[in-house]
Amino acid sequence: MAGDRFVVIVGCGRLGSILANRLSLSGNYVVMIDNDEAAFSKLLPEYSGFTVQGDATELDVLRQAHVERADLLIAATREDNVNLMVAQVARVEFGVRRVIARVNEPMREDVYRILSIETVSPTSVAVDLFLRLAEEEDPR
Amino acid sequence: MKVLIVGEGRSVFFLGRTFLSEGYSVTVVDRDAEDCVRLARSLRVTVVHGDGSDPAVLEELQPHDCRAVLAVTPRDHDNLAVCQLARLKYRVSTTVALVNDPDNVPVFRRLGISAFSTIGVIASMIEQHAALDEVISLIPVGEGQVNISELLLRNDCGVLGRPLSELALPPDSLVAVILRDDRAIIPRGNTILQLLDRIVLITLPGNHGRVIRMFTGDDS
Repeated sequence: MAGDRFVVIVGCGRLGSILANRLSLSGNYVVMIDNDEAAFSKLLPEYSGFTVQGDATELDVLRQAHVERADLLIAATREDNVNLMVAQVARVEFGVRRVIARVNEPMREDVYRILSIETVSPTSVAVDLFLRLAEEEDPR
Repeated sequence: MKVLIVGEGRSVFFLGRTFLSEGYSVTVVDRDAEDCVRLARSLRVTVVHGDGSDPAVLEELQPHDCRAVLAVTPRDHDNLAVCQLARLKYRVSTTVALVNDPDNVPVFRRLGISAFSTIGVIASMIEQHAALDEVISLIPVGEGQVNISELLLRNDCGVLGRPLSELALPPDSLVAVILRDDRAIIPRGNTILQLLDRIVLITLPGNHGRVIRMFTGDDS
């Protein structure tokens, strides 16, 4: 993604931290929110963004991260319900224009669709990839 | 009629018991296994061990024919997810969420989910006590259009010793009940207020403060 956007990422797990590192290195202004201070150790030394330690389902924590100024918020925690709530709060309370949520349990995608929240399901993506590879001829 | 409660711990037990006593058939979804065993032993409710926000779990419980779905876990995001799932996917008309962080009450409402915060309720009660010691309780009725307050007459501020009809109460206000020596008196025009009477006042928001001040003698 081209640089100079204000991106808030919620959840500094493997997925969230890699996203944050990449977005920061390509010149974006990144704020990472996670409950667990230790999770920030996954951010590279070159990561030039900010970190906010706290529960992103609390308005105060989102305010601290200046979510109202974000161009994009990515809810990438392991917990679907946290992602669902943070995505909606970011849009409705803070007016964030673009919100993308990670969905871990593909069955939950229904609700996101009804609420018209953009989602990425790592499980579904991986399943599709595996199936596609499985159908290909063995390249060896 | 069926009520579905998603939650954990003591609150689920008491809620379940309350709804049972009102004749509802109650289903509880609880993700704590020990809780489930205890509930199943102590109440005639259907107990399901699982995550109530999991669409696969909810689907089996046929929530569309529930009168209401209540989500009372200690996690706001789970309560929101349960209520939204029930409402949006299964068209349950009444869904209520417990909100642990009082800041989230207006957020949930804006997202279309009825929410209440026990902390908020307790805090507002304490606030009222602190603000005005004499006022014992204050219940807004009709979405805040009417206030019912109970207050103790601790000093004579010109309302004691005279018939009520002479007190020039502001319009849209009423002394509904007097509690004196553990007796309830429905006052008439000739009733006379005494020191240490507890009175129940009915007021509209427009004159609430003025009427309360009249009986407490507090001019501030």
